[in-house]
Amino acid sequence: MNIDNIKKEFPIFNNKVHNNDLVYLDSANSSQKPQVVIDRIYDFYTKEFSNVGRSVHYLAVAATNLYENTRISVQKYINANDKNEIVFTKGATEAINLVANTFGQKYLKEGDEVLTTELEHHSNYVPWHYLRKSKGIKIEFAEVNEDGEVTLESIEKKISQKTKMIAVTHLSNVTGAILPIKEITQLAHSKEIPVLVDGCQGAPHLKLDMQDLGCDFYAISCHKMYGPTGLGILYAKKKWLEELPPYQGGGGMIKEVSKKDISYGELPNKYEAGTMATAQVIAFDQSIKFLENIGIENIMKHEKELINYGQEILRKNNSVELIGNPKNKGAVLSFTIKGIHPHDIATILDEDGVAIRAGHHCCQILHEKLGLAATARASFGVYNNKNDIGQLNSSINKCKKIFNLK
Amino acid sequence: MNLKELYQEIILDHGQNPHNLKKIENFNKEAKGYNPLCGDKVHIYLNLDDNKNIKDISFEGSGCAISMASASIMTDLLKNKKEKEVQEVVKDFLEMIKEKPELSTKVLLEDEKMKLMCLSGVKKYPMRVKCATLSWHTLTSAMDGKQEEINTEKFD
Repeated sequence: MNIDNIKKEFPIFNNKVHNNDLVYLDSANSSQKPQVVIDRIYDFYTKEFSNVGRSVHYLAVAATNLYENTRISVQKYINANDKNEIVFTKGATEAINLVANTFGQKYLKEGDEVLTTELEHHSNYVPWHYLRKSKGIKIEFAEVNEDGEVTLESIEKKISQKTKMIAVTHLSNVTGAILPIKEITQLAHSKEIPVLVDGCQGAPHLKLDMQDLGCDFYAISCHKMYGPTGLGILYAKKKWLEELPPYQGGGGMIKEVSKKDISYGELPNKYEAGTMATAQVIAFDQSIKFLENIGIENIMKHEKELINYGQEILRKNNSVELIGNPKNKGAVLSFTIKGIHPHDIATILDEDGVAIRAGHHCCQILHEKLGLAATARASFGVYNNKNDIGQLNSSINKCKKIFNLK
Repeated sequence: MNLKELYQEIILDHGQNPHNLKKIENFNKEAKGYNPLCGDKVHIYLNLDDNKNIKDISFEGSGCAISMASASIMTDLLKNKKEKEVQEVVKDFLEMIKEKPELSTKVLLEDEKMKLMCLSGVKKYPMRVKCATLSWHTLTSAMDGKQEEINTEKFD
């Protein structure tokens, strides 16, 4: 599949927004869906629907096989050691909550420290804050530098005898900084500290190899990976999934239930209580195939070109200020325009069909550090091209005109 | 052109150079407002006399052109207004910004109403209505002497 005309695989681009072609620059928030994924959801509900893992009838067996096939596809895509290291969740948020809750319950006590960073999305901070409230743990923050990066050194500086978990993002959704996860994991493991990676932004844009990265936990958001909403993935090393207690209780996750006691099911059922997002899981197999057909190397090359071009164009634009200048940068371009609030920028761009996000992007700690209440953010996906960036730039010029800026 | 209705000159002027953007020395009532969706913040300061009439009013805050202009125009228009008049204008404005085509209050002069009507462009931008109403809800809270910070998510 050729990335140059990939837009035609996404039916949303057949629609107009305010009579303009859609220029979708909000993929860090959620990506658009290719036709194959949309069709798969329709087909499953039309011809193949059944709940999985319970009944023995024809449809149930077929649906269960499809569901488990996705698990195997994900395992291969992220190079996990075992298919049972893949747990489906309702989102990356639930994946992180699952780890914070079960790990916190079993291993954390008052005074223990969880080390995170100033770059984190709220979803990799709030779940740990719960433990601060319930167990009296401490949360430490590795500092972000002037370029919007968190370096290995800044992580190392905050590790103490009491650090029991390091929870870091793979790719910042604001500055685009890509963190050195492999090195962080090696350092952490030398001190016997497990590592959780928030892979929401990493997974759609970077080559994933869990065995090479070495991290203990990796949270994925499927709707940012050209997949359906309501679905996330927790990758966890098997020993953790075996050692940690269950998260939610209910049907499907038990072995035996009596009035006196309950024993829990084997992996992966132990962490998949209740009826799961069946259609979404089955359709996500098509998202993985879609990514494989283009090839992650091609995606990375394409997005690198876009980010370089975007930086070049916006740097030339007077009054536009780019947020962060990390050496290793992913598909995110956050900016401000002196004299125009990001929400006004977003409203004016929208009129031209240019969809960006404005606000704190669920990263208030980072924005406080930057001394900004809000930023505007253009983020890229496989379907974006240089024309989109050209349109972004001319719509920014329109903002400046409306606000009488030079 | 909806954008021109939204970003009229008067909005841009007030947004870029807001009036009454300061902390008055002699305030005796205050309230903070916050829009968690976009991070806009406003802090209203009032000097009320014994009958709760506004002797002086000012605000501090940061936000988009709409929220800053709204606070700026509001503080201009409500200075030296009686409590009942303030309540009437607030109610009238909040109704207008949601559905009513015009303002009906007799408290304001026609040219004052025209200034407020400049904010009516947000009607076509449902996501931006809260930008325009933040300072008004916060003012009501300050008048009522409530301690709790106003959160726009609690209003329709």
